[in-house]
Amino acid sequence: MEAKTLFDKIWDSHVVKEVEGGPSVLYIDQHLIHEVTSPVAFLGLEKRGLKVLRPEKTVATPDHNVPTINQHLSIKDELSRNQVEMLKKNCATHGIVYHGLGSEGHGVVHIIGPEMGLTQPGMTIVCGDSHTSTHGAFGAIAFGIGTSEVEMVFASQCIMQPKPKKMLISVNGKLNKGVTAKDIALYVIAQISTSGGTGHFVEFAGSAIESLSMEGRMTLCNMSIECGARGGMIAPDQTTFDYVKGRQFAPKGEAWDKALAYWKTLKSDADAVFDSVYEFDAANIEPMITFGTNPGMGIGISKNVPTSDGLVGNDKLTYEKSLKYMGYNQGDKMVGKQIDYVFVGSCTNGRIEDFRAFANAVKGKHKADNVTAWIVPGSHAVEKQIIAEGLVEILEAAGFELRQPGCSACLAMNDDKIPEGKYSVSTSNRNFEGRQGPGARTLLASPLTAAAAAVTGKITDPREFL
Amino acid sequence: MAYDKFTTLTSPAVPLPIENIDTDQIIPARFLKAVERKGFGDNLFRDWRYDKSNQPIADFPLNQAKYSGKILVAGKNFGSGSSREHAAWAIYDYGFRVVVSSFFADIFQGNALNNGILPVVVSPEFLEKIFAAISADQNAQFEVDLQNQKFTICASGESAGFTINPYKKHCLTNGLDDIDYLVSMKEEIAAFEAK
Repeated sequence: MEAKTLFDKIWDSHVVKEVEGGPSVLYIDQHLIHEVTSPVAFLGLEKRGLKVLRPEKTVATPDHNVPTINQHLSIKDELSRNQVEMLKKNCATHGIVYHGLGSEGHGVVHIIGPEMGLTQPGMTIVCGDSHTSTHGAFGAIAFGIGTSEVEMVFASQCIMQPKPKKMLISVNGKLNKGVTAKDIALYVIAQISTSGGTGHFVEFAGSAIESLSMEGRMTLCNMSIECGARGGMIAPDQTTFDYVKGRQFAPKGEAWDKALAYWKTLKSDADAVFDSVYEFDAANIEPMITFGTNPGMGIGISKNVPTSDGLVGNDKLTYEKSLKYMGYNQGDKMVGKQIDYVFVGSCTNGRIEDFRAFANAVKGKHKADNVTAWIVPGSHAVEKQIIAEGLVEILEAAGFELRQPGCSACLAMNDDKIPEGKYSVSTSNRNFEGRQGPGARTLLASPLTAAAAAVTGKITDPREFL
Repeated sequence: MAYDKFTTLTSPAVPLPIENIDTDQIIPARFLKAVERKGFGDNLFRDWRYDKSNQPIADFPLNQAKYSGKILVAGKNFGSGSSREHAAWAIYDYGFRVVVSSFFADIFQGNALNNGILPVVVSPEFLEKIFAAISADQNAQFEVDLQNQKFTICASGESAGFTINPYKKHCLTNGLDDIDYLVSMKEEIAAFEAK
């Protein structure tokens, strides 16, 4: 039998039909929706007189637009409120489970899926959000889609997709002190660039990847889109099975045993062929921080801003435009630069492990006076756990206030906007111009590096805090 | 979503020689709050096009009267980042039907095709030739021939072939989308589910 990759195994088992000269018709096991990319798809459906074919395979939550304080009150911004209300109404019309603001199940869509056990190995999972790649951490094929495709899934539980190429990224060895999954992600993207993975689906493997918790794996797969890949995935193992077991929608009893037996087959065959392969040594990775306006512009925190030497034409112009936006010069040292805001949260780093890391690092210290910090749990369940573990007391003693769940300053669709020209050390996923508010300057980093910056008020090597 | 059929197009082009143009630049997140597909063209490249007081920024190509046409020519890795289809809607609504680059991000490319926008991938060298042709003459005409999958710089007659999935070509040529096709597969999908 032909050797297959993990990706092939799951993809091939979900192809309903190969279209002559065209994309595959791919069956979708789990569809996640939110308020921003769904309303036009629902409208399209109505215009065609169609209903959602499999509402039971669809789960909704409003996350992009929601305020992160006073969620019990009506949303002040009229357009945001309208979008959230529209989602609720559409879900009621089509019989879709809706986890509204303030409810037990509410949170960022990519945080609640895994929490509830909706995300399982071997599945195909889509959402009108590029960070759907997060769910690949479980050994699932998960990727972001556009609104037309959301409508396709509503209408048929399928989408039409050309099969991507396959890329293997191995990271072997022991991770250095202070190096987290976020640092691996930023390191890999810096190495292969923001378009290095375009046209590919990535499988992450190697001992450094296997050593990660499920939270860490989700952070890494979440960021796979930032190297241009359709998504990233990691073969499920005991860490995965232990995480899934017992969750609300996880299989139970005999169904669990059956599922587990299947999940254990989900790994790339030893002689499977990838279209491209990268290997990295964990020993070379230090805590990372970005200095420019795309996630590939990251460096080890002890390094200086690279020069544009060797770049020509549009490459050089684009690079210089980016540094100008950031207000940085070539050769600048990153450590010691003043910052204004710290954001901890998002689908990248909004899980319990992230808040534990942040809280442990700031314990017994105090937030710098020049820093405004937004600490935003990824879901209601994360928020509850932060409280249950006593992390709130640590945070409050150090001058940090816990907010309520949502996407928040990751894309600043709500009121959590970084002001023009201000520097934000952010645990989110994108440092594009204006991503965190018009004119905002974003420095992507791990929760540990964010903690070090929050208490010193400047870019600081987190290893000094360990 | 219905869109106009695409066959051939001859038009000047608007140059945007910047690389890695992400969807947050094409349409910033704060303009994604609509619940209908209307008026996104006004906010295309919003923060590069207008300053804080909503005045046009003079040196941005879309604000320069000398540039016009239905073709946008951009640096490599166009459309990276978010999956927001609003980016494709904004480009279409503004009046572009073709985007040329040496490289597109995957999700954007799919979204463009699903909305009647033809993404044309050319070599980095040919892309430079297109930028040069526009620099030499801002009214330079370009021909996009979908049937023969050919992009031509009219002044010099130089052309480059481009690839497109045959199914997607059929859809664009006929103004069709995938949903009718998928809905017609109802029985096959039910049979797959029963397996």
